[in-house]
Amino acid sequence: MLTIKNLKAQINGKPILKGINLEIKAGEVHAIMGPNGSGKSTLASVLAGRDYVEVTNGEVLFMGQNLLELAPEERARMGIFLGFQYPVEIPGVSMVTFMRTAVNEIRKYRNLPQLSASDFLKYMREKKELVEIDTQLTNRSVNEGFSGGEKKKNEIFQMAMLEPKLAILDETDSGLDIDALRIVANGVNKLKRPDNAYLVITHYQRLLDYIVPDVVHVLYDGKIVKTAGKELALELEEKGYDWIKKEFQNL
Amino acid sequence: MNNDEIIQNLTQSDYKYGFTTNVDTETFPKGLNEDIIRRLSAIKQEPEFMLEWRLKAYNYWKQMEMPLWAHLKIPPIDYQDIIYYAAPKTVVAHNSLDEIDPELKKTFDKLGIPLEEQKQLSGVAVDAVMDSVSIKTTFKETLANLGIIFCSMSEAIREHPDLIKKYLGSVVPYTDNFFAALNSAVFSDGSFVYIPKGVRCPMELSTYFRINARNTGQFERTLIIADEDSYVSYLEGCTAPIRDENQLHAAVVELIALRNAEIKYSTVQNWYPGDKNGKGGIYNFVTKRGICKEENSKISWTQVETGSAITWKYPSCILKGDHSVGEFYSVAVTNNYQQADTGTKMIHIGKNTRSRIVSKGISAGNSQNSYRGLVKIMKNAENARNFTQCDSMLLSDRCGAHTFPYIEIDNPTAIAEHEATTSRIGEDQIFYCNQRGISTEDAVGLIVNGYAREVLNQLPMEFAVEAQKLLQITLEKSVG
Ligand SMILES: Nc1ncnc2c1ncn2[C@@H]1O[C@H](COP(=O)(O)OP(=O)(O)OP(=O)(O)O)[C@@H](O)[C@H]1O
Ligand SMILES: [Mg+2]
Repeated sequence: MLTIKNLKAQINGKPILKGINLEIKAGEVHAIMGPNGSGKSTLASVLAGRDYVEVTNGEVLFMGQNLLELAPEERARMGIFLGFQYPVEIPGVSMVTFMRTAVNEIRKYRNLPQLSASDFLKYMREKKELVEIDTQLTNRSVNEGFSGGEKKKNEIFQMAMLEPKLAILDETDSGLDIDALRIVANGVNKLKRPDNAYLVITHYQRLLDYIVPDVVHVLYDGKIVKTAGKELALELEEKGYDWIKKEFQNL
Repeated sequence: MNNDEIIQNLTQSDYKYGFTTNVDTETFPKGLNEDIIRRLSAIKQEPEFMLEWRLKAYNYWKQMEMPLWAHLKIPPIDYQDIIYYAAPKTVVAHNSLDEIDPELKKTFDKLGIPLEEQKQLSGVAVDAVMDSVSIKTTFKETLANLGIIFCSMSEAIREHPDLIKKYLGSVVPYTDNFFAALNSAVFSDGSFVYIPKGVRCPMELSTYFRINARNTGQFERTLIIADEDSYVSYLEGCTAPIRDENQLHAAVVELIALRNAEIKYSTVQNWYPGDKNGKGGIYNFVTKRGICKEENSKISWTQVETGSAITWKYPSCILKGDHSVGEFYSVAVTNNYQQADTGTKMIHIGKNTRSRIVSKGISAGNSQNSYRGLVKIMKNAENARNFTQCDSMLLSDRCGAHTFPYIEIDNPTAIAEHEATTSRIGEDQIFYCNQRGISTEDAVGLIVNGYAREVLNQLPMEFAVEAQKLLQITLEKSVG
């Protein structure tokens, strides 16, 4: 589904990603861990198409297409979803208007008919139940005045609404209380299908108890320095990143 | 293409009301003098008192100079180079639909204002004005059954001279300002509304103004009187053809609310704004003022200003009655080389009077957008309250947003609060929308509409949707 080959990228001339290789197949869950500032969010930004990150080398194929030449909205319509580490507030724009615009754009791309107002509300209700999001939240403006945890839950709700092929969740677990964490993880598990995939960025093994990854990668200084099964997350939790840093410096 | 470029391209959308109508037009020669005014008054079969009033206004205007205090660059205007009266020839007895020129009917159809009652939005009565005359007023009979008078100003002057004598010029006297004096001398038509005691007007009343003829100025006059315990909601819309020249529009609107009465006045102003290089467009110099004359009355102004090359406009409230309420909700969008200097005045005279001002400026391209507001609390206005929220949003780094708030308080028990913000449209917000599959154009539309939500919510339902679309169209190809 997604193939990243020797990807290098910089921000304001400063190299951040220094040669990333990654292959994600349909049905898989990949976790990316790594110290602060190692480039995890930057990788997510490149995949989603933020223009302040400049790609200097490498290629990214998504469902056989060169992802890097597509506009962010085209990538989204093809099925890339980014759960933001810091979701943005859009005052005065109701969740209903926002989601209806987004869902209909994506349906247009997939040659599906536009949803009428009542069909849309029904669809929204179903998804709300699925991810157990509070009804009040979807009656408000996009993220406006939401608490940190509410914003994260709202990202999962939007993911459920848009039914992406590849969902990149950037620290969706941070700032969540135990119950919310379970809700978010359940949402992800319910939405998991053989034809979609997840790239989960996290600092905590705890999330991976709920969302069990097929593969865990460690990103350090712009490179993936270690890839292993889910037991790697446990090891990191126990030992921290120092041993990885050492191992890496010895290379 | 980066966001800035997309946003820049976004604004260059076409003005879709820019067509002209081919009808035979009767026009006066260019220029202004006493003879022109006499001819105008005669053609309208006005009573003598009107002519006298016009001539007094004209002589007063002659000694005045155009005001220069606004934050506007106004090229010199040659008032002798303007035609002061232009009317489609076929308009004679304009209340029988059969007598209306099909071309005119087509024009209003094209503008989305069908003149046949059965085709209209239910619950909206329309007075359609082209150039200097009213073409047709709908639902007159329905309204008359309730004692409501809704007709063209010309007709009101002939048929209801007592009300005209009593109220015309009572809120905006001809001595008020340069453009009010000019308007008083030469106004040619407009709408008149009278709501009798205890009547809640059952439909929206609406006037649609259309400039069509070349080289003409449009000077209309609107007068709305809400008698005790009555209510009316009124909407004004306007468009003009695309022309290279600048055309002058100098209107006066007066509102009078008596005891317990409420007037809601909404404007969706979409005069031709000029092209993307700033050529052509309407000069919109308008005086709008309402008086809450008696206790517990309420006037609220809502305006969505998207058109005109230059806008100079301050819908105001005089809160004379105790416990009266004035409101002003405004969204002003400027793009390309448009200039707007707009805001309000709230004059608190009575006790326990309250006013609320919500102004949302949106500037794009090379435009200049100013808010100018005065909150004046007089000596006897015990416990008067004002709240002002004044926000500006910038969509480019070449445009300007300015605020000129003036607060004068002469009563120690009064409180006026003022909040102001300026922000650039957020790249993060646009990207967030993009990431959900929404194009940058649509994202800008969503974000801007969200920003203006509080004002748009004040519009009558039927028009809120139109206004939202209009905001989006005005800003197409504009962020950058
Ligand atoms: N917009 C930006 N401008 C300048 N530098 C940036 C920008 N965004 C990220 N960086 C820098 O790029 C590096 C990688 O940042 P990134 O956000 O990708 O880290 P991360 O792995 O997601 O960290 P965290 O775990 O703290 O979220 C950091 O040094 C950061 O300061
Ligand atoms: Mg991060």
